[in-house]
Amino acid sequence: MPVKVSMTVNGKPVSAEVEERTLLVNFIREHLRLTGTHVGCDTAQCGACTIEMNGDAVKACNMLAMQAEGAKITTIEGIAAADGTLHPMQEAFREHHALQCGFCTPGMVISAIDLVRRHPNPSEEVVRAELDGNFCRCTGYHNIVKAILDAAPKVAAMR
Amino acid sequence: MASMNIIGTSVKRTEDYRFLTGGGQYTDDVAPHHATYAVFVRSPHAHAKIKGIKTDKAAKARGVHAVYTGDDIAKAGINGLPCGWLITDVNGQPMKEPPYPVLAQGKVRHVGERVAVVIADTLHEARDAAELVEVDYEVLPAVVNGAEARKKGAPVLHEIAPDNTCYVWAIGDKAKVDDVFKSAAHTTKLEFVNNRLIPNAIEPRAAIGNYSRAEDAYTLHVASQNPHVERLLMTAFVMGLPEHKVHVIAPDVGGGFGSKIYLYGEDVVVTWASKQINRPVKWTADRVESFSSDAHGRDHVTTAELALDKDGKFLAMRVHTTANVGAYLSTFASCVPTILYATLLAGQYTTPVIYCEVTAVFTNTTPVDAYRGAGRPEATYVVERLVETAAREMKIDPAEIRRRNFIKEFPYQTPVALLYDTGNYNATLDAATKLGDVAGYAKRKEQSKARGKLRGIGYSCYIEACGIAPSSVAGSLGARAGLYEAGEVRVHPTGKVTVFTGSHSHGQGHETTFAQVVASRLGIPMDDVHIVHGDTSKILFGMGTYGSRSIAVGGTAIVKAVDKVIAKGKKIAAHLMEAAENDVEFSDGIFRVTGTDKQVPFGQVALTAYVPHNYPHDKLEPGLNENAFYDPSNFTFPAGSYVCEVEVDPDTGKTSIESFVAVDDFGKIINPMIVEGQVQGGLTQGIGQALMEGCRYDSASGQLLTGTLTDYCLPRAEDVPHFKIDTRETPCTHNPLGVKGCGEAGAIGAPAALMNAITDAIGVRDLAMPATAETVWRAIAMKKAA
Amino acid sequence: MYAFTYRKAKDVKDAAAGLAKNADAKLLAGGQSLIAAMKLRLSAPPELIDLGTISELRGIKSDGKNVVIGAMTRHAEVAASTDVKKAIPALAYLASQIGDRMVRNMGTLGGAIAHNDPAADYPAAVVGLGATVETNKRKIDADAFFKGIYETALDPGEIITSVSFPIPKRAAYMKFKQPASRFAMVGVMVADTGKDVRVAVTGAGPCVFRVKEMEQALGKKFAPDSVANIKVPDKGLNSDIHASAEYRAHLVTVMAKRAVEAALK
Ligand SMILES: Cc1cc2nc3c(=O)[nH]c(=O)nc-3n(C[C@H](O)[C@H](O)[C@H](O)COP(=O)(O)OP(=O)(O)OC[C@H]3O[C@@H](n4cnc5c(N)ncnc54)[C@H](O)[C@@H]3O)c2cc1C
Ligand code: FES
Ligand code: FES
Repeated sequence: MPVKVSMTVNGKPVSAEVEERTLLVNFIREHLRLTGTHVGCDTAQCGACTIEMNGDAVKACNMLAMQAEGAKITTIEGIAAADGTLHPMQEAFREHHALQCGFCTPGMVISAIDLVRRHPNPSEEVVRAELDGNFCRCTGYHNIVKAILDAAPKVAAMR
Repeated sequence: MASMNIIGTSVKRTEDYRFLTGGGQYTDDVAPHHATYAVFVRSPHAHAKIKGIKTDKAAKARGVHAVYTGDDIAKAGINGLPCGWLITDVNGQPMKEPPYPVLAQGKVRHVGERVAVVIADTLHEARDAAELVEVDYEVLPAVVNGAEARKKGAPVLHEIAPDNTCYVWAIGDKAKVDDVFKSAAHTTKLEFVNNRLIPNAIEPRAAIGNYSRAEDAYTLHVASQNPHVERLLMTAFVMGLPEHKVHVIAPDVGGGFGSKIYLYGEDVVVTWASKQINRPVKWTADRVESFSSDAHGRDHVTTAELALDKDGKFLAMRVHTTANVGAYLSTFASCVPTILYATLLAGQYTTPVIYCEVTAVFTNTTPVDAYRGAGRPEATYVVERLVETAAREMKIDPAEIRRRNFIKEFPYQTPVALLYDTGNYNATLDAATKLGDVAGYAKRKEQSKARGKLRGIGYSCYIEACGIAPSSVAGSLGARAGLYEAGEVRVHPTGKVTVFTGSHSHGQGHETTFAQVVASRLGIPMDDVHIVHGDTSKILFGMGTYGSRSIAVGGTAIVKAVDKVIAKGKKIAAHLMEAAENDVEFSDGIFRVTGTDKQVPFGQVALTAYVPHNYPHDKLEPGLNENAFYDPSNFTFPAGSYVCEVEVDPDTGKTSIESFVAVDDFGKIINPMIVEGQVQGGLTQGIGQALMEGCRYDSASGQLLTGTLTDYCLPRAEDVPHFKIDTRETPCTHNPLGVKGCGEAGAIGAPAALMNAITDAIGVRDLAMPATAETVWRAIAMKKAA
Repeated sequence: MYAFTYRKAKDVKDAAAGLAKNADAKLLAGGQSLIAAMKLRLSAPPELIDLGTISELRGIKSDGKNVVIGAMTRHAEVAASTDVKKAIPALAYLASQIGDRMVRNMGTLGGAIAHNDPAADYPAAVVGLGATVETNKRKIDADAFFKGIYETALDPGEIITSVSFPIPKRAAYMKFKQPASRFAMVGVMVADTGKDVRVAVTGAGPCVFRVKEMEQALGKKFAPDSVANIKVPDKGLNSDIHASAEYRAHLVTVMAKRAVEAALK
């Protein structure tokens, strides 16, 4: 029995009829065709699906679309400015070569933004510990950590 | 004009913008109209006879288009998956090559083997229906361990290999080596397991088959590291389709590390089925499926011995390895524990004689094939654990014993077939000991002790053979494919350039590095160069990306094509400037007549080639578009020195990496930023192997015990240190760029450095990988008890 | 995931009515355990009743004696709460060690203890701090709540509404993580309530348990040395590819000792 679900995604109101068992990540990828949010596992561990819901990072693969009813969602497609200018976190990732294959990157960037909001001036240790919900198999995290440390004050200055 | 030479600079990556903004297009992001979804029914048993399969309930379920089993595949005349490398047994016989069916035929031989496929309108429907497929299994005893599989009475997997042995292969002079061991002043012997790994690229494998009746042709989107090889194997060996009617696209690929080199049954099934049901068929692996169906890596059991004289000079090495290849021979499975392993056992040293014997064994486990490093990490582990242990036994400083044995003169012919063209091993070791402040180690050890911690230091000086080639040599060693690479440089009328490469990028940044090479050579802005890869319809041919070969082989092919463009450009320029061709030189994007101020820019020559009003039609065709194939004359030999310091908590056995230094020699470097990134990623996978990753099967049932990320431990950011990385440079002597390749180094060199450090910290001779907290804790406890 | 029907409960009563109507229906809290299990087709409830929008179930209150936390309070909220950090820092710390940030933003206290995963962290807090679980029907003492592997004292249709944690004199939690899942391989909560000492262990056995011998020793002298030589028997402890029972038993001692050290800081 399809149910109706509505939410705001990257500032735009969206709604659709979906099967109850539709995961939020499938709603985003298949119904909205926002394919920047990735799926890398089925045990809610890799973090490739990380999005922002009402200001908090969550794993879109481990919740129903219905659990996001009425929520404000931001996906990787909504992070850069409207004119395409990269967010300071995205820019830092580019600057520090914090991505290789790019598959973990959308989740990593969203997680990183969430991280520096909570820790505007984090130590390397804090960054490494707080990244425990995001796997990257390519970079060895080295440059991701560098990018986040570099972007933290810039992101803090944004608000 | 400023020089356009940007080789050796850390240009930011061209591909990043799309990846950072969600614009990447991976296979699962491709959504053909009217796509259907495939779900594979997989074997829950490690070994069983299939007595029957009932598909009628599933076929009738909501949304289902078709259910296929091994019988349907056999009826359609689809062959099994081929192995691309023939190894000849010590007794002159070809290796045993049992059929590797696309869907199981009568028997399953590992947990996760493909038994049937259900195709439905939605993924949910396909999943629901897959549960309705009833397979009647007669469970057979299983064997998962390579050594066990060779014992009398072990369950037999394949009729053609009654002792489960694929081949016994050897290299080196056994009698000579045995002789040296008899009289050597010192011998060191170690027995160890190189643990089985599961690659776990974060993008799971995926494939979409799409048959077009209009064109009578197939398109396959697939997460692959080498689309042309995939197409060749699929058309010529498996499906018997006309090669030119199959279009394979490997779009953005989310990491491979070897696991996406191979032709897999899923790719064949979706391609074939798309014609049967006349709809696109899409399959994306769950992570759980990846664990049991992506080719695994490593899994060696080895006895290794080193003979030394009284001064610590290496006299001989003797190695016996049992390599578990899994239930079937995956695409390159046979060459990994032989050609890519035993030939590297000389390492960086002058060991005069080496003998290595490898027994490849079938077991009821997922097929094993090349995983980042492929054979070379196993070889480095053997050599570097042996060397370090010998040094400790002989009370020689481990760096010193290495220095005494380094190869110092090049070219150097090893006793195991390779000819090293160049290197400077002292340079990397010196740099590493400096960067790692080995001089201050004793003090740090004291400080650790004061905190109740055990500190240890370990070295690893690895060598690898990259840019696998030449085809003629590979062919004589059993390769069933060529090992060249192809490139095409298409200059457009406006002077912009599209480069087509047979290499594939799935994180390595070819779109940037290759563009740097082309822009530098043509003297044009990098923005004017676009790199295209991963599409068999656009690119003339390709062998793909693996074995750190892209820049050395693929990059060189492009350079050769660029040079052809320049050569033709000179002719056009000579005509335009009314000069003799021999008087025209080209640099920084400008053709000049030597000794005059006459010049035409590259762009004008390009335009002239396509608008040939004033053109030497009698001598030249219009257009500016050149191809090249490059078949290298030798391997390249990247090498380096790693120094690792660890601290062990004796109460829990937990190891923390306090410092990790890597100094590599990759020859010339095009983009240092990208190269460092490759090293960091490789090191982390090597650290993963040493500390936390290890595939485990239940020995009785053959069940995969590490079948999800909650049980198979991948390294997280917290598990790795801030790396200290540097390079030294001896340019490769036989390719125009002087490059060697860097993609696998970290994974090759890291495990031995770590294990050497941990064994040093806790004062034991050997320890199994992965060195989990409990493993280390037990070793400490045993030592105390002894 | 198998198909199911879904509805949002208006309030606790509405949720209870839903459960009464369909005995096989399941409550959905954060979904971090339930959805995960359903995705792997390990759980197949025909109906989900979502507690997500019931505001009465969410929130933290501290009255100087007890910290009362609503069942639907997210782990991240507990970890960040200034009230909790002030009153029972060990509890805030424990919550901060559950899963990762994204899991903590969804997972709830009620869901965690109702699920009672043998390696979950919260059971160690509930038992270690001697908390009281409040449901729509009754109050359940911590020691009576956790019954066995994935098993609790909850009756069918019973809904956890909050948990009341008495504020201890001092307490600390030490967790040794299973490296892949990051659940507790062994987690030990040590609490000096002022009246007595409680030591609760999670991850090591099929269900959270107390170590009476350690409690007595610490009751006499609250110092790391008091527990350093007390070993729990490894019989009956969990043994898997990540750790043997013997190693887990050893870790219980090490983590208990470290928890006492931390509590004294
Ligand atoms: C990647 C990952 C890592 C994790 N790591 C850890 C960890 O390190 N430590 C740890 O402790 N946990 C960990 N968890 C589990 C996490 O803490 C869950 O949030 C928790 O176990 C369940 O809470 P939930 O709110 O998500 O409950 P749900 O998943 O929604 O529900 C769980 C069960 O509780 C029932 N239930 C929910 N609420 C109530 C209620 N109010 N009354 C009665 N029954 C109810 C449900 O019906 C269901 O049976 C992890 C989870 C994931 C996905
Ligand atoms: S896909 Fe969501 S955590 Fe892996
Ligand atoms: S960049 Fe490939 S997984 Fe992170």
